[in-house]
Amino acid sequence: MGIAEFFQHLMNGLTLGGIYALIALGYTMVYGILKFINFAHGDVLMVGAYIGLFLFDWLRGDSPLGLWTLVAFFLAMIISMGFSAAIGMFIERVAYKPLRKATRLAPLLSAIGVSFILSNGAAWAFGTHSRKFNYPFDNSAIHLGEVVITPHQILILVVSLVMMIILKIFVDKTRMGKAMRATSLDQGTAMLMGISVNRVISMTFAIGSALAAVGGILIALDFKVYATMGTMMGLKAFVAAVVGGIGNISGAMFGGILLGILETFGVAVFGIPTGLKDTIAFGVLILILLLKPEGLFGKVEKEKV
Amino acid sequence: MFNFFLLILIYSGIYALMALGQNIITGYGGLLSLTQAGFFAIGSYATAILTTRFGWSFWATLPAALILSAFFGLLIGLPTLRLKGDYLAIATLGFGEIVRNVLNNWDSVTRGPMGIQRIPMPDLFGFTINPYKKYAFLVMVFIFVGIAYFIFQRLARSRMGRALSAVREDEIAAQSMGINITTYKVFAFILGASVAGLAGSLQAVFSLSVTPGTYTFMVSVMVLCMVVLGGMGNFKASILGAFIIQLISYFPQLTGLSSVIPPQFKQILFGLILVVMMIWRPQGLLGREETRYGKKVAKSRKGGAQ
Repeated sequence: MGIAEFFQHLMNGLTLGGIYALIALGYTMVYGILKFINFAHGDVLMVGAYIGLFLFDWLRGDSPLGLWTLVAFFLAMIISMGFSAAIGMFIERVAYKPLRKATRLAPLLSAIGVSFILSNGAAWAFGTHSRKFNYPFDNSAIHLGEVVITPHQILILVVSLVMMIILKIFVDKTRMGKAMRATSLDQGTAMLMGISVNRVISMTFAIGSALAAVGGILIALDFKVYATMGTMMGLKAFVAAVVGGIGNISGAMFGGILLGILETFGVAVFGIPTGLKDTIAFGVLILILLLKPEGLFGKVEKEKV
Repeated sequence: MFNFFLLILIYSGIYALMALGQNIITGYGGLLSLTQAGFFAIGSYATAILTTRFGWSFWATLPAALILSAFFGLLIGLPTLRLKGDYLAIATLGFGEIVRNVLNNWDSVTRGPMGIQRIPMPDLFGFTINPYKKYAFLVMVFIFVGIAYFIFQRLARSRMGRALSAVREDEIAAQSMGINITTYKVFAFILGASVAGLAGSLQAVFSLSVTPGTYTFMVSVMVLCMVVLGGMGNFKASILGAFIIQLISYFPQLTGLSSVIPPQFKQILFGLILVVMMIWRPQGLLGREETRYGKKVAKSRKGGAQ
């Protein structure tokens, strides 16, 4: 493998990983606070992608590629983020909140139900065929020496990086972020300190879902939008979250990027057939669970009696 | 029409087997497994490949299907069950997708998306169990359901069942009572997997062909729905749940409304069942079954000291 080829795969891996990271953040934040896997997260991503697609097509109208299409794309993305955040909060309110004191199994089962309702509802409402996202700008490849980069990849990298930085600042510096960290450490004590835990949980779902919507739109640029697109994406993003140490925000970012790179190199270098590309994430999950179940950056949690 | 009803009954039986398996994992062990479809597929393909390619009889493929699914159950169960139960859900969800992926892509063995056709009908002492004449097949399926029910019922009341319930209620307490929690969890998971493999075997000789499209995630969710609707920790309820879910699933065809009702109707309904049951009736329609032992203890406590 030449150096150029190496950078090519690295670039492809980074873009894919950036998307995984965005989605993984939603899993990890919810897990950090509620200690449960939100199975519907992948389907929120799908809904976000659909909203983005429809909005963008509507905003763009017949205008040729240019500044307006780019603006329209970002507008569509921001509005879709808002909608998805509302959907995420709504789901939490209706399907998870009543189960907060129930057995461990109850919210998981409820989440699977929500996931099924969303994906099949979308198939019913939007049809089972897949749709193509219209390009917001000219996507002809840029050659940097032997490395080929598409403008989409640049967009994906920039957007996911910006989103992650904003999130990091939000969680580390703002009052709400502090409340979130406190809640994830100890809900009871956080409540005693005057933190409205319900609001924090709502906010967590809103942020996670908004990031998922961004992830969904970014994938849709290069792949297609269809009702079950969230299942595999969600699964991989979850693996990314586990790799980074579930509950750990920076870990999820790192895990996503690592998984993206592993997948690209697995196919390109180790000759894993493309049809079995999806098995790589699964293999990574089993490996990490066997070797380092708390993830690369996770803390070993002692269970208290 | 009546014939159609028989078909629903046969499918109820096949799914009831899977639901029994899911119940021992989820209802007794308190573990969420999302891959009955994966083991179902493994069982089906084991029977399909062994009968068509190697000329085995259906009866010889049954134990093979069982053992193969059990083996895969062990393979996923061991790494994930050592940890908190949540990981099992994701690992099994992934496993189900991987199985379908492999079936779709491993052309030389599974013939990819085309699937395997012309699976021979099973026969017993010269009598062919023809799936088109549904009675004999129905009887066969329900004999299997009966056997599985009996075995599971006995197991649930044995040391294993009690140990599993203990693990479900409180892992740490169970552990400190000397119960090896991983062993019991893995054992429950393997049992559930193998009975799903058996169901797969039956499915293969019922439809006489297998294609990867049959074994989607929806199958796993349907099975989960059966258990949740009937009642977790109650084997009778799983069989009832299987019947109700199959009725719902064939409701459009049964009433001749399939042109009016969208095909996603039943899936959306399954999702709703899960959410609604969890919020309003988490114990299911029939509720958890008290073992005779548990009742006796309760009675002797009420009777007071002698």
